[in-house]
Amino acid sequence: MSFWNPADVGFAVRSKLADLGQGARLFARLAGPGARSLGRFSLVRDQIHFLGNYSLAIIAISGLFVGFVLGLQGYYTLQRYGSADALGLLVALSLVRELGPVVAALLFAGRAGTSLTAEIGLMKAGEQLSAMEMMAVDPVQRILAPRFWAGVITMPLLAAVFSAVGIVGGYVVGVLMLGLDPGSFWSQMQGGVDVWKDVGNGVVKSIVFGFTVTFVALLQGFEAQPTPEGVSRATTRTVVVASLAVLGLDFLLTAMMFSI
Amino acid sequence: MQRSNNDIWVGLFVLIGAAALLFLALQSANLLSLSFQKSYTVTARFDNIGGLKPQTAIKSAGVVVGRVDSITFDDKNFQASVTLSLQNRYSFPKDSSLKILTSGLLGEQYIGIEAGAEAKNLEQGDVITSTQSAVVLENLISQFLYSKAAEGSSQPASAPKK
Repeated sequence: MSFWNPADVGFAVRSKLADLGQGARLFARLAGPGARSLGRFSLVRDQIHFLGNYSLAIIAISGLFVGFVLGLQGYYTLQRYGSADALGLLVALSLVRELGPVVAALLFAGRAGTSLTAEIGLMKAGEQLSAMEMMAVDPVQRILAPRFWAGVITMPLLAAVFSAVGIVGGYVVGVLMLGLDPGSFWSQMQGGVDVWKDVGNGVVKSIVFGFTVTFVALLQGFEAQPTPEGVSRATTRTVVVASLAVLGLDFLLTAMMFSI
Repeated sequence: MQRSNNDIWVGLFVLIGAAALLFLALQSANLLSLSFQKSYTVTARFDNIGGLKPQTAIKSAGVVVGRVDSITFDDKNFQASVTLSLQNRYSFPKDSSLKILTSGLLGEQYIGIEAGAEAKNLEQGDVITSTQSAVVLENLISQFLYSKAAEGSSQPASAPKK
């Protein structure tokens, strides 16, 4: 295997392209025909329960502490310019636009994405997916699609919880601990945060991240080597790929949404 | 469809998420007060708008009475044409005047509206012509320098200063 052998280069490119094609086909199957799984809502419901309810605690606690820290750091920086009253605006904008969707998606990848990958990977290793195919049950429809749509539904809700709890955290630090005026905290926030431009775009971001993280997790599980080592590698890759994809997409989305 | 124990927990989760969204929309972005107030629009011409942007507040006596709708450039008389939307419950005389002011030293710019004396009130589509432009720092400095220079040339250089 050398870099200069044209056959090796060609094979590497071809296998990468094939991987890409496999991924795109799986995504098309999940997003297109897979939407029918919403009709069997009990499957989706159980997955929302697994992905959403169990992630709620870590999301809420992280949001609270991120809000605390934003309140403290923002206060010390803004105070130098005599505009500590704008703390509410600073906390709300940074949470609603960036930190809420992004940090919630990263946590979601770590908390829920890994378990999705491990579950699917082990099902594959135990040949449960093949067994379903033998019984003419499509594993993509029966196993992957409900998890996919549950993730897409859950992610925006978790991001909203993160932002809301974070704002409350900023309020606790700014108003209750540091003694800012609550009136100016809220009114500056309300004057500067736009429902559609800021909150709406944050929700759009978190929906996109929901698609991304859940899809990466399912793809890694589905394509994992059916061995213990392969499953563990796939789980690691889920976190790495999903986090990088979220951060990269976030840059693109921000550039598209807020530059106009 | 059979019910299960998860129903209540998933319902609770969705409700918490919806409540968080509602909190963001109402408490942090103030959705209600923005969109449910009726308003009328008037146009004003400024020589220079400085850093004015759409959605900037319009204040009278410090109270917000409306917002800037849009800002366009009029190439007939080379002025900025600013569309203001004022809340219906406030009415101002036809000869009211506008000023572009700054809140604090480094604060945001806003439009101050000063009531005139005429009996008729502004109506939808009216044009306000008595406006005062934004203060441009460079112009101010150059005016100051010119006046200093003029002072210096009219007095002998050795004259003692008071």
